[in-house]
Amino acid sequence: MKLDMEAVEEAAKHLYIQALKILPPDIKEGFQRLDATETDPTAKSILATMIQNIEVAEDTTNLLCQDTGIPIYNLEIGSGIDFDGHKLKEAIRKGCERATTEHPLRSSVVHPITRINEQTSCGIRVPVINIDFTDKDEVFEMEMIPKGSGSENGSYLKMCIPAEGVAGIKSFVVDKVIECGGRVCPPTIVGVGVGGTSDLCTKLAKKAGARALGSTCPDPEGAKLEKELSAAVNMLGIGPQGLGGDSTAFAVHVETAATHITMNPVAVNIMCHSARRARATFTPKGVEIGF
Amino acid sequence: MTEHTIHMPCTEEQIRELKVGDTVILEDWLYGIRDATQIHMFDKGRETKFDLNGHAVIHTAPNVKKVPPSNFCPAGYESVCIGTTTSMRMERFTRPLMEKNGVRMIIGKGGLGEDSRAAFKDLGGVYLAIIGGTAALETTWIERITDVDLEDLNPECLWEFRIKHFGPLLVAMDAHGGSLYDGVKKTAAERRAEALAAMGVAAEGASS
Repeated sequence: MKLDMEAVEEAAKHLYIQALKILPPDIKEGFQRLDATETDPTAKSILATMIQNIEVAEDTTNLLCQDTGIPIYNLEIGSGIDFDGHKLKEAIRKGCERATTEHPLRSSVVHPITRINEQTSCGIRVPVINIDFTDKDEVFEMEMIPKGSGSENGSYLKMCIPAEGVAGIKSFVVDKVIECGGRVCPPTIVGVGVGGTSDLCTKLAKKAGARALGSTCPDPEGAKLEKELSAAVNMLGIGPQGLGGDSTAFAVHVETAATHITMNPVAVNIMCHSARRARATFTPKGVEIGF
Repeated sequence: MTEHTIHMPCTEEQIRELKVGDTVILEDWLYGIRDATQIHMFDKGRETKFDLNGHAVIHTAPNVKKVPPSNFCPAGYESVCIGTTTSMRMERFTRPLMEKNGVRMIIGKGGLGEDSRAAFKDLGGVYLAIIGGTAALETTWIERITDVDLEDLNPECLWEFRIKHFGPLLVAMDAHGGSLYDGVKKTAAERRAEALAAMGVAAEGASS
């Protein structure tokens, strides 16, 4: 199947806007779950307002949060897809820019040194485009994540040493959740990367934080760790918006990679309660838009 | 816990009446301010044309649409989505904002630190917590954008909003040294050992 670059550009535009307006069903269910178990009255009223906001955003077709984020596109390209990689990246960039100028959206992207905003949500190496390949034949998937800055600023890496063991990983995650407090807009999804190199570890933390609620780490050891960490961080009493309560995180998600004999890296990347994402799936039948 | 409705601008007496845990609904006027706005005002020496004396500022950078100026949109901007950003990055600007510009209320999310607590106490100010990430709802409390200053910083300009029933907002830091964030911080520190023990980890000092 040959990729239609006009359709890719349209989808890149559409996904950015949709992600900003409609939360995925698993996140909505996550809110219902927290609301049902929360015992603190202030926390309960904050969760109720968040749930109300999801409804208002849909009723008024408005953005859930004013932070349009850093645009990230995650691509999964099947073996039966015929495409020009350069044109693919250009089409995504164009779609991202058009979403910003045509909707219009706030461009939240500036040059890192001059701080100049081109008002396009684009800049050097932004939108971030991650490319991966799968064995799914004629399937091209594009996931869009507008990553908010409040939670992205809750990003940490520690090159633990082997002698610190898994205990070092666990205490690092708990301490970073405490340090973040209300700044990262809890209830959050705490993304944790374990292993790899420093850059891979950080990337895995981001991947984990963006995973759908209810999904589990494909590595059974990672799955065990995320279960333990999920229970532990919700014992801290930080609560929604850091104003106290049981609902500090929807979940902790872990992703793993093999690492070096002398290394034990751990990274944390937080996803705020506005855990936005949207997905387009291209097949010979057409383009399907979802989450 | 008292519910207050305050028409802006307000007085120091009105501020001193507010206690942590109270809720506030603001009426009439509100100003939007952000990182770059304050970097330019306090580090680069730029002045604003607005008189912020007795006013409230909200940590925001809105989504706006440029339109031809009209009676309803005199500054040529229509609001699309207005929400709130994390306050802590702007901690060092609280005191100058109060001392130099007479601001009395800061609205934001996630709380402010020790310097702000001292400034609120010394000068008569409060921090009102809004629920971050609920911008669609917040936008319905803003009638329109009436004026703009430091426009070259878009979206981080200084925005003037006409508001109606803006809130309820939670008094999270008051003019008497009180802060709701203290209690939560203390609880989390106390429960850290328990959370680690549940995972079979002996608690030592916080990792860095």
